[in-house]
Amino acid sequence: MIRFDNVSKTYPKQSRPALRDVSLEVEKGEFVFLVGSSGSGKSTFLRLLLREERASHGMVHVLGKDLARLSNWKVPQMRRQLGTVFQDFRLLPNKTVGENVAFAQEVIGKSRGEIRKSVPQVLDLVGLGGKEDRMPGELSGGEQQRVAIARAFVNRPMLLIADEPTGNLDPQTSVGIMKLLDRINRTGTTVVMATHDQQIVDQMRKRVIELEGGRLVRDQSRGVYGYQH
Amino acid sequence: MRAQFVLSEIGVGLRRNLTMTFAVVISVALSLALFGGALLMREQVSTMKGYWYDKVNVSIFFCNKNDAETIPKCAKGAVTAEQKRQVKADLDKMDVVKKVEYESADQAFKHYKEQFGDSSMADTITPDQMQESYRVKLKDPEKYKVVATAFAGRDGVQSVQDQRGILDNLFNLMNGMNVVALYVMALMLVIALMLIVNTVRVSAFSRRRETGIMRLVGASSFYIQMPFIMEAAVAGLIGGVFACVMLLAGRYFLIDHGLALSEKLTLVNFIGWDAVLAKLPLVLAIALLMPALAGFVALRKYLKV
Repeated sequence: MIRFDNVSKTYPKQSRPALRDVSLEVEKGEFVFLVGSSGSGKSTFLRLLLREERASHGMVHVLGKDLARLSNWKVPQMRRQLGTVFQDFRLLPNKTVGENVAFAQEVIGKSRGEIRKSVPQVLDLVGLGGKEDRMPGELSGGEQQRVAIARAFVNRPMLLIADEPTGNLDPQTSVGIMKLLDRINRTGTTVVMATHDQQIVDQMRKRVIELEGGRLVRDQSRGVYGYQH
Repeated sequence: MRAQFVLSEIGVGLRRNLTMTFAVVISVALSLALFGGALLMREQVSTMKGYWYDKVNVSIFFCNKNDAETIPKCAKGAVTAEQKRQVKADLDKMDVVKKVEYESADQAFKHYKEQFGDSSMADTITPDQMQESYRVKLKDPEKYKVVATAFAGRDGVQSVQDQRGILDNLFNLMNGMNVVALYVMALMLVIALMLIVNTVRVSAFSRRRETGIMRLVGASSFYIQMPFIMEAAVAGLIGGVFACVMLLAGRYFLIDHGLALSEKLTLVNFIGWDAVLAKLPLVLAIALLMPALAGFVALRKYLKV
């Protein structure tokens, strides 16, 4: 599903690499936490997965494709097989919940009939059945994140990438979001989630990858947030 | 791709930037109106050239008895009948000559009176001050030099004059105006392009949230860029339509009505409506494609895909 071979990334005009010689593999259906302090390279890792950046050295394979050799015009095609969720939800404020989810299908050219069928279905899945016509501003943070997850999942991606999805939410709400992500994982979708939330990582007991200063310092199945806290 | 979705995005974009859109429309309209105007002016000059060059003559003026004192070439006195016959015979032998007409001093006086009427200057002129002349029509007006070298300086000939010279001054003036119009057009075009680039930039910036999300859900770059390019193209097209209206109105008010040049300058044959209409598709095509291209270039810089 994901394979990094000796991947380094140095941003232009910066001497210190954001990622140094990272090698790892994530299998289909895994749930992986990506932890590390700010500036450890988590974001760069995710940006490489989304092909927002290219690796300076080494090879990145996502969904069986070598991203270095993927031509620019094929990138959208690849991103359609990925779902993404962010800390700040990234919903369109002037579109309803239903329209926000439908947007992900409209831009890739799904037919109207298909959209009409799949949007309520996926909203039901995330626990927002019947809230299609609400505006994002009327919803709580947790609900907005559920909309974002619905949008990420509506095209049934193989891989879901979540960048601190619970970063703006209280612990109670976070648990609900994690349950939802776990459920999505159980449908066979691989989930990679960057997080600072110690409690969640410790509770879920999933694989943990830790970055520090751009290096991979820990890769542990059924891990916890840190060794000692 | 769903057309309705794209169209609504374009409408939203144009309305969001209403002032900017307005500026683009006006500058495109003005630059293209000048462009079309310059094209029409050039056509006008060439029709006039064709028309007038057929009508103008090379004139061979003979010395009259008054010239003997004032003009050195005529120092030997007025032209004699023998000299005139010789000139006529030589003209008839030349290949480039199509037709030769004789104008006597009396006829010249009459023409002069017609042209200048009762002005005080005309009153002082008498028929014997006018010159006899041959009006020579050439098969190829460009061959004026042949006639000039053959007869200038001959006894009894005062001067050989190519009437084209008089017209050329007019044509040079019109061509000069044309060049100025083209420079102004180029300037306006640069302004229009800069405005379009800026409009697209502002538009891309104000919609970066949407485009960012589109990128994440895997919209193709074409799909993301399309609304912006269409926005520029639609604004340009509106400008182009205005330019066309200005050209048609210009023809209408300058030539047929309003200034009504066609009534005042009956000697000039003006370009017709067909000439104006023939320019409109070109103007519209430029109005559509140029902003689209400028928008596309601007997006490569300001919209990450």
